[in-house]
Amino acid sequence: MRIAFLSDIHANREALDACLRDARARGAERLVFLGDFVGYGADAAAVVARIVDEVSRGAVAIKGNHDAALDKRSGYFNDAAQAALDWARRTLDSTQRAFLAGLPLTVDDAPRFYVHASAAAPERWDYVDSPAAAQRCVDAAGQTYTFVGHVHDQMLYYEGARGRMLAFQPVPGTAIPIGAHRRWLAIVGSVGQPRDRRPAAGYAWLDDARSEITFIRVPYDHVAAARRIRTAGLPESLAYRVELGI
Amino acid sequence: MSSSASDIDAARVPHGADIDGYRIVGALHAGGNGFVYRVTAPEGRDPGFPLVMKLAAVGPGQPPLALVSFETEAAILRRLTGPYVPRWVEASELSTRPYLVMEYVEGVGLHTHTGRAPLPADEVARIGAALADALHSVHLQEVVHLDVKPENFIVRPGGEAVILDFGYAHHARYPDLLAEERHFAAGSAPYVSPEQLDGRRGDPRSDLFALGALLYELTVGEPPFGEPETYAGMRDRLWRAPVPPRALQPAVSPWLQEIVLHLLEVDAAKRYATAAHVAFDLRHPEQVALTERASRTRALGFAGQLARWWRASRARAPRHATRVHAPVIMVAVDTEHPEDDRLPALQSATRQLIAASADYRLMCVSVIEAAPLGEGPSLSDTASGRHLDHVIRLRHWAEPLGLPESRLSLHVVESGDAAETLVELASANHVDVLVLGAPRPGDKALGWWRSTASSVAADVHCSVHLARVPFGD
Repeated sequence: MRIAFLSDIHANREALDACLRDARARGAERLVFLGDFVGYGADAAAVVARIVDEVSRGAVAIKGNHDAALDKRSGYFNDAAQAALDWARRTLDSTQRAFLAGLPLTVDDAPRFYVHASAAAPERWDYVDSPAAAQRCVDAAGQTYTFVGHVHDQMLYYEGARGRMLAFQPVPGTAIPIGAHRRWLAIVGSVGQPRDRRPAAGYAWLDDARSEITFIRVPYDHVAAARRIRTAGLPESLAYRVELGI
Repeated sequence: MSSSASDIDAARVPHGADIDGYRIVGALHAGGNGFVYRVTAPEGRDPGFPLVMKLAAVGPGQPPLALVSFETEAAILRRLTGPYVPRWVEASELSTRPYLVMEYVEGVGLHTHTGRAPLPADEVARIGAALADALHSVHLQEVVHLDVKPENFIVRPGGEAVILDFGYAHHARYPDLLAEERHFAAGSAPYVSPEQLDGRRGDPRSDLFALGALLYELTVGEPPFGEPETYAGMRDRLWRAPVPPRALQPAVSPWLQEIVLHLLEVDAAKRYATAAHVAFDLRHPEQVALTERASRTRALGFAGQLARWWRASRARAPRHATRVHAPVIMVAVDTEHPEDDRLPALQSATRQLIAASADYRLMCVSVIEAAPLGEGPSLSDTASGRHLDHVIRLRHWAEPLGLPESRLSLHVVESGDAAETLVELASANHVDVLVLGAPRPGDKALGWWRSTASSVAADVHCSVHLARVPFGD
């Protein structure tokens, strides 16, 4: 089975459409959304509508910290992020709000495990940003393959010969063999707000039969996405982050 | 660790045994990580070339990491292409009975050649260039072998070398399963590079150090650092200067010592940048720029070794290997028409390419008409005089570039077919970019260029840069 993993869409409709088109063209048979559908971007309603639609056709979706914050205000976010969340609260309808509120924090889909932040304590939204954090996450997940979002930069953690997790920076577009006799943790990257100074949307791709993972970057009209953020009256910083990929 | 084929426990896999349809027809070798057998293909699945199967040594008493090097080889060899590696067939599911199936390469193991060393310089150069060709092909595919040693090369009857065993190799696009396995994955004691002993595995120049150790052994009959049996003994090479080959064998040519010691530099940044540059020097001994390395005839004394030890103990190794951009650039200069206004355009194109490269080699080539049969009255009418004439013109063309001797080489070649000659030279010398003059519309007198440029562009394996005169007619 070929599975596309998309995370941290952040209300960026242009980026989501581009990634879904790319995934379909490559023959994706299943979609897994790893959370953070809202926040930062200007198109929360359109993005959530799209996700609701995909879930009704068999896609998996889990909850991210921005999605959770719609109902439970948190001091966790900076002003710009708060402004985008306020915008999302105003533009989402009640069914969409209920859909997000009802999403699970984790999904166990043996031999795979899906979580937005870390399986070690999903509700604490800890970042998997080091081999040690990756170790805690895979230990808690208990599966061969763990797929994670939250951190916006793509990364592949793998179990070294002595059982410790090691970090590997993947090269986009390269199919990497990931044998089932060791544990792997993929940070799939951000669809809607990449932060590695490259504006192209990121997602990841698993070919189950071949045991290969491919990290992908999809160029899209990020200038249009930034323009919609400005038109919506959201903070300027959110627009240029999308423009510059920071 | 290794034993001869006769030592292989026949009971392990008996002759004639069947493994997933592969039939064992002979035992070749037993090594630290497994056993190698000749096999025949399952019915209906004959790939059209002879096969070997590598069976992993698994179970009690076997090295626990042997399976990891199997996994590494399966991932990397599967993706390597070209005539310098065995063709890949398949790997079994490694969690059951681990084996790899690949091409059986006909030829002579390099250890046969090291076994009859010291060899004459031209033979060292010929074998060495073949090894460098093979390494360059692998390096271009983003792989560092990291266990270059005589047992891992087969020299085919035609002289080309094939690299075996990618169990310790590093691929820039895959997670390194052997990261942090410093002792296990360090390579073989006589040949391993200093930086591998510090756990750095991503630098193609590590293979060049090992190649240097091999060429040293072929030249003088023994490896430069002996065969240390301890890790501490291997670490001596971080500071100890090898005894110069000429101190052991006074007849060794300075150019060969220059190449060998250049490869054996402790600091990877001081070695050759690429295996292509090594192959080039081994094929053009007369063009090797000699330095102080070539003139050493005595081993470094105690004070000198102490100074090296002191420097090494204070040096801090860079954390990450960087891949250097070190192209071989070839420029075709028509010295038969020195007044051609495209020659300055070729110069400026060459200048731009050089400016963009950290390290490079520039080959200036002039293809001239085959020499006339008779000898005329003056020197410039003789074949050698004509040849010299064109070398002088070529040097004159290259002069304004102001290049050091170590970066520049001049080649005058007689040929009736310039395009074919340029394509062959580019391929034989691992050229990355070929610069030549663009054909000019309506230029009847120099129609030569038109056909050369277009057929070279169609046939050559590398990038082609066509230099044009701006606003020329």
